[in-house]
Amino acid sequence: MQNEKLNPAEDIIICHDVHKWFGDFHVLRGVNLTIKRGEVVVICGPSGSGKSTFIRTINRLEEHQRGTIIVDGIELTNDIRNVHAVRSEIGMVFQSFNLFPHLKVIDNVTLAPLWVRKWPKEKAEKNAMELLARVGIPEQAYKYPGQLSGGQQQRVAIARALAMQPKIMLFDEPTSALDPEMINEVLDVMRELAHSGMTMIVVTHEMGFAKEVAHRILFFDEGNIVEGNTTEEFFKNPREERTRLFLSQILTH
Amino acid sequence: MATVSEVIRPPRTSVGVPGWLKENLFSTWYNALLTFGSLGLIYVVLRGLVTWGLTRARWDVVTTNLTLFLIGPFPRDQAWRVWACVIVVILLGGLSLVVWGPVGRRFKVARRWVVIGWFLSFPLTILLLRGFGGNSVLPAVSTSYWGGLLLTFLLSIVGIVASFPLGVLLALGRRSSLPAVRWFSTLYIELIRGVPLVTVLFMAAIMLPLFLPEGVRVDKVLRAMVGFTLFTAAYIAENVRGGLAAVPLGQYEAAKALGLSGVQVMGLIVLPQALRAVIPPIVGQFITLFKDTSLVVIIGLLDLLNIAKSVVAQPQFMGLKREVYLFVAVIYFIFSYAMSYASRRLEVALGVGER
Repeated sequence: MQNEKLNPAEDIIICHDVHKWFGDFHVLRGVNLTIKRGEVVVICGPSGSGKSTFIRTINRLEEHQRGTIIVDGIELTNDIRNVHAVRSEIGMVFQSFNLFPHLKVIDNVTLAPLWVRKWPKEKAEKNAMELLARVGIPEQAYKYPGQLSGGQQQRVAIARALAMQPKIMLFDEPTSALDPEMINEVLDVMRELAHSGMTMIVVTHEMGFAKEVAHRILFFDEGNIVEGNTTEEFFKNPREERTRLFLSQILTH
Repeated sequence: MATVSEVIRPPRTSVGVPGWLKENLFSTWYNALLTFGSLGLIYVVLRGLVTWGLTRARWDVVTTNLTLFLIGPFPRDQAWRVWACVIVVILLGGLSLVVWGPVGRRFKVARRWVVIGWFLSFPLTILLLRGFGGNSVLPAVSTSYWGGLLLTFLLSIVGIVASFPLGVLLALGRRSSLPAVRWFSTLYIELIRGVPLVTVLFMAAIMLPLFLPEGVRVDKVLRAMVGFTLFTAAYIAENVRGGLAAVPLGQYEAAKALGLSGVQVMGLIVLPQALRAVIPPIVGQFITLFKDTSLVVIIGLLDLLNIAKSVVAQPQFMGLKREVYLFVAVIYFIFSYAMSYASRRLEVALGVGER
């Protein structure tokens, strides 16, 4: 909280009327969303609703074709320097981990600080070991990703994203590819991260996790936010019929 | 905890020599039959070959002409220059084995020097072999005197070292988002792959001088080297392209999401994985190149195989084709197998952590 003396409630992500098409298919249909510093937002919704595509537009893994996205004061345009600047402030965790299989765990974590931030090796490695300890697997540092379990790999992926000291973390269904007994070890790390004050956007169907840590929950359907509310309200009084249907399906299974 | 259960040994017939024999050679009655049949065949062939090799074969044709096989018509009083190069390469090879070997961790600084040594060794070799002008220490030796295994090696090594980066660049070019680069790379690759190597060598030898300005003469050996490089690069490019296509999209995304630039994504994440996946076909291409160097006969160069031809054409060695060609075949096999073996070792060394 020390470097946020301006306005602690400052908006770190502003999306206005964001549209995206895949060919003829209209994936994002005018999404409006503002996220404050330190806010934890969970996005849920049926598959194909555009929620993954939407969070990928925030670090421009997908380009939006209409509207504006401003991240920490930088607008995302075709200017590649802006894109690099924004990406180095945003950490992303993927459903399929996407660790670099040819690099040891520690080298996965030090790669970006060394090459993007140009840190000296000692600093990058010290930082990496601290992060691996934070996600609970310092003893795996000199193994290759292929030698780790799914849950361990996803925790390395979180450490890798945190190594850049990002201001925002994006999670794209981080536990969907995991065996049930490994889901919790990843959620624990994410819980700790949320409590530390990190700004987080999490696409997930883990409603227990959402109830516990999210400040706000957004329900996505057909390329837009159908309903967005504080966590308590969202579960207690869902306003939209579609939200109620989705919640009944996901909570009763 | 549960008690340690008693270790039960497997039945005797399934382990050790009897187990192996039973499983691999005598598992069924027809396999037993095949085993005996093959043994008989091997016996007949080997008996003939070995008795011929030990009694009737005249290996003196090889020993008398050994220097000729190794360096061709290179002036004998200057031959020490070739041996000097060989010694340098052997020394560098030995050093490399030490610093990258099992105790290599202690020599991290030395590694850099060995790499620099390898880089320097090549121009040094060429300089030493060519000499300069009319001085008496290192008189110039025209490349038309380079021959035998020496020429085969020079052509292959230059071909391998130069075609690899060129091939990688062409592969990247073929996947480039810039249309001009993409079209050029595709056109180049398809043109070269659509033409036999012999044609490329002919072009390099006969057509190229026609395009060059009056008075400019490019060395024949150099032209052959360029020909091999251009030809092999097209095939390497296609192999590498296959490797690039095998790297999952998620790898690009993860690298980009970390803020790496396009060049960094390629150089740090994608290429290392792509190249590792295509080591076998690329080494296969290099082995092909090594053997195809014998095609330089059509532009009048005397590599190992063509030296062999000239040896058996000498009157005193008439009728000794079998000895000579067997010798040459063994030489080709040794080096091809060495490359193949090195490639497998490299795969193992780089494949750590792969599931």
